[in-house]
Amino acid sequence: MAVIEVHELHKRYGETVALDGVSFDVQAGEVFGLLGPNGAGKTTAVEIMEGLRTADSGTVRVLGLDPVRSGQQLRERVGVQLQQAQLQEKIRVGEVLELYAGFYRNPRPVGELLDEWGLAAKRNRAFKKLSGGQQQRLFLALALLGRPELVFFDEITTGLDPAARRQTWDLVRRVRDSGVTVVLVSHLMDEVEELCDRVAILDRGRIVALDTPTALITSSGSEQRMRFRPVGVIPAGLIEEVPGVTAVTRSGSQVIVTGTGEFATGVAAVLARAQVLVTDLRLEQRTLDDAFVALTGRPFDDTSDTHDEKELEAAR
Amino acid sequence: MSTLESPQSEREATKAGRLTLGDLSEQRTPRALAAMTKIETTLFFREPLLPALVLLLPVLLVIGFGLIPGFGDPSSDLSGQSGTEYIASIGVAIVLAVLGLSILPTTLGTYRERGVLRRLRATPVTPRTLLGAQLLLVGGATLAATVLLVLVGSLGFGVAVPRNPAGFLLAVVLGAAALLSLGLLVAAVAPTAKAANAIGMTLFFPSMFLAGVYVPRETFSPFLQHVSDVTPLGAALAAVRDTWQGSWPHPVHIATMVGWALVAAVVAARTFRWE
Repeated sequence: MAVIEVHELHKRYGETVALDGVSFDVQAGEVFGLLGPNGAGKTTAVEIMEGLRTADSGTVRVLGLDPVRSGQQLRERVGVQLQQAQLQEKIRVGEVLELYAGFYRNPRPVGELLDEWGLAAKRNRAFKKLSGGQQQRLFLALALLGRPELVFFDEITTGLDPAARRQTWDLVRRVRDSGVTVVLVSHLMDEVEELCDRVAILDRGRIVALDTPTALITSSGSEQRMRFRPVGVIPAGLIEEVPGVTAVTRSGSQVIVTGTGEFATGVAAVLARAQVLVTDLRLEQRTLDDAFVALTGRPFDDTSDTHDEKELEAAR
Repeated sequence: MSTLESPQSEREATKAGRLTLGDLSEQRTPRALAAMTKIETTLFFREPLLPALVLLLPVLLVIGFGLIPGFGDPSSDLSGQSGTEYIASIGVAIVLAVLGLSILPTTLGTYRERGVLRRLRATPVTPRTLLGAQLLLVGGATLAATVLLVLVGSLGFGVAVPRNPAGFLLAVVLGAAALLSLGLLVAAVAPTAKAANAIGMTLFFPSMFLAGVYVPRETFSPFLQHVSDVTPLGAALAAVRDTWQGSWPHPVHIATMVGWALVAAVVAARTFRWE
């Protein structure tokens, strides 16, 4: 069942085209990723789905409703985690949750949410005195307060340190496991790869690919490398004949095999048949990052976040 | 992108959803407004400076000047009003100016800048509710500060309770409407919280001077008195002083306050941005 149906969405701000014919469906119970560099149109697409913006043309149905015409009904059933929203500095955790609980028809008990998100001890703490991770958990709790059927998470790990990011990922999995459909907006490859069932890759207002992360990585056709140290002698030409292998090089005692598709399994099989044992076996995983380059012909550049830049470098 | 005015689509949505969830949400709005007003009031008192400025400072002025011997006698320089009663009147003007030109625009500017309003847009309750809560808070603070001034003045320093109570209430309410609408307008046109504060302050000091807070308007030239009559704070202070002495507010002052309130509110409603 489709929870969200988006068809031929167009949106421009003056001269700038934010969305240029975007179409996709989000199925019930899945974590759907919208991935793309900054300015690709992700947030615009999400804000249109939330009814906060209107598209120039195209149709959107969320839970069967028009987000603009039925905005209020929809906000009753949809939870939202906004990018870079803050609360009043001196409002306390318990106060915000109690206040927002009053906005919904059938809210979750505040005490239950405080326990669930590890905020019970911070109940009387002012918003500005919370750490980044605690603020993020509070926003997640707020998004889930109205027992939503669908939640939008927009850049949920922006500004978090690596440990807090991993914690947040666990929390998103918990939300998914409770049966809520999740739309996850991110410019972080690893995040999307880690969490999403399906991913739409947006680039300059267009969807350039839509599939499971694994399929996107595989179909991108970029090469993968396998490294190992053989114990014993490998018969000449043995590895080269494995389907998908494009090159075999040696570096000291190490063998580096480059290939595409399922070549690594083939290599392992012929080595086993030739009774050659290997040590230090490493398979360099391709990532969505590689897929992005393959799909758009240019690197996934994100100058706004040097920390992630470094991480992406490391992944290459 | 949305303004204070209900967009066409939202009005349609309310119509379409009348028999379903729309109604339930409509019933929740007054409850949300009450809850938000309560929280905003709590937050107001958590900022130590705000209550001191609004509730304490004007009263301290009355106490300070009231202790000067002979200050409570009627003065010909103040059109027959006593010095203490004049100080109590400018106390009301200070409250109106501080709330309307400083606290309200800065608070709303900050809420928009921090995304508090944006976050509310994603709930079934509209951010208009928070605007309403803020207006109730500053309106309530105006009345509370005024009552405090009248009580301290009359109990401690021989200031008469306003001799035309209905006229006095009208003057304070219209003055608040004018200054608070102006505050909304400042919040609407200012791109950031800092700008809201700066614009508010730019209006604050000339307003206070022209209203006759720093020096009584009786010392003004006739031309300056006419200018004072058509400024929102000038009209408000004149009306407060007139009604304190027992007359009704001058029609020019009523027209000035109503005019500023309407124009500022309409322009604010058309230009206000949630983000």
